[in-house]
Amino acid sequence: MNATSDVAVVVDGVHKVFGGAGADDVTALAGIDLAVVPGEFVSLIGPSGCGKSTLLRLIGDLLEPTAGTVTVFAKPAHQARLDQDYGMVFQHPGLFDWRSVAANIELPLELHDWSKADRSARSAAMLELVRLEEFGGHYPRQLSGGMQQRVSIARALSFEPRLLLMDEPFGALDEMTREHMQGELLRIWRETETTVVFVTHSIPEATFLSNRVVVLSSRPGRISSVVKVDLGDRTDDTREDPEFFRIATEVREALRAVEAGE
Amino acid sequence: MRLPRLWAAGPPLVVGVVGLVLWEGAVAGFGIQEFLLPRPSSIFTHLLEDWAVISHAGWETGRIAVSGLLVGILLGVLLAVFTTRFRVLHDGLAPLAVAINATPIVALAPIFNAWFGITGTLSNQAVVVAVVFFPVFINTARGLTDVHPAEIELMRSYAAGDWAILREVRIPNALPFFANALRLAAPLSVIAAIVAEYFGGPQDRIGNVITSNAALARYDVTWAAIAMASVIGLVLFAVALVVERVSMPWRFAGDEEITEELERERQT
Repeated sequence: MNATSDVAVVVDGVHKVFGGAGADDVTALAGIDLAVVPGEFVSLIGPSGCGKSTLLRLIGDLLEPTAGTVTVFAKPAHQARLDQDYGMVFQHPGLFDWRSVAANIELPLELHDWSKADRSARSAAMLELVRLEEFGGHYPRQLSGGMQQRVSIARALSFEPRLLLMDEPFGALDEMTREHMQGELLRIWRETETTVVFVTHSIPEATFLSNRVVVLSSRPGRISSVVKVDLGDRTDDTREDPEFFRIATEVREALRAVEAGE
Repeated sequence: MRLPRLWAAGPPLVVGVVGLVLWEGAVAGFGIQEFLLPRPSSIFTHLLEDWAVISHAGWETGRIAVSGLLVGILLGVLLAVFTTRFRVLHDGLAPLAVAINATPIVALAPIFNAWFGITGTLSNQAVVVAVVFFPVFINTARGLTDVHPAEIELMRSYAAGDWAILREVRIPNALPFFANALRLAAPLSVIAAIVAEYFGGPQDRIGNVITSNAALARYDVTWAAIAMASVIGLVLFAVALVVERVSMPWRFAGDEEITEELERERQT
């Protein structure tokens, strides 16, 4: 964790309107204020079309806000992107077919001009982190969906980004693989002390992973409530803990309130 | 190479040989006139008898096809990369190229004779270039632009510029598209060369050997020249397959998918 910045992400009065200046404009987000502290795990949840992915892309400087500012580690988001502060993982693993698993993990390092020796040392360490040591020489299409997504996470973490942005990374996985991956992600998060902003539409997933769950309403997307989660050290047993159910219920109620309000 | 791949060559070989035998038998059995359909054995005999003429013609036509193929590929790939860099150009040119590609370009051969001269090889080569250019350009341009949006977002999140995205994502992504175009264009180049030769150019080429011998009713020599043309087309097609294999090793890596369950078992 970085002592010089006590806030990782500050989203301040952000509006996002898609389209030109016509009647077809869609206001995706309106009046978003959000702060994430270093080392925190924050989930964004909401009905589809609520702009949670848009908010993530605004934080990652893949989109620009129509109004308001996004500050990441006390810098504008654009500068943070140029400084390689972001690791991103999408639902589509985005692995390149033509690169071996290890070469995929090394891609951001190549773009950042790491030496070959440093690159291979790091990719080996990353493969160990996601427990795929034996698969560095394989091609992505030889791996299962869950394994590909772990490679994608390893690649996102390879250059030690200070902020990990994840957009429904486990959305395409079956339930058992998904729970397994959630456990792995929490382990990696603890080991690397990264800050995570995580988009999902799964209530148990948001509850299990997060320190805070941010619930968004749709059209336009606004933050309707924030649910604090304190489950201590989470294990597979946590999923059957009464406290887990209580918080999941709280998130569910918040989401229902959002849907009823439409 | 693994055994199953070798076995895969078996059935088509057997069918091919049986086909030739049936052909031979049918011509003899039904008493078909030699000038309508010669026997394979007689075509082969003439291929040997006129080997000097036919091999020379094959060599010259092959050179026209290959040189036109290479220039057409170069132009197609360069323009594809160029238009990807400037989207406005791409949006204007791509539909036009698709439309032109749907027209019979070889029909332009007599026009090209007027433009590039009827006695030299340039007009023949120009026909080959035109025929090869369009499928290569269309497919490569598609491969360069048909990239999953998440892959572009990912590169941008690494602060990668357009050049890095072209080099690391677009070009490798376009390779399979280019390979398909090459499979198409390689045999097309031979067809284009021969059709162009029907209309003009030097008189010692496959196209001219075919037309002049057919005019003299020497159909067995005609067929021998056609056989030579087929061999050139097949060789170019085979080269296209080799290029595909060598340039994309990841496509031909083992097919086994490693499942999550299997992998979890390995760890415990």
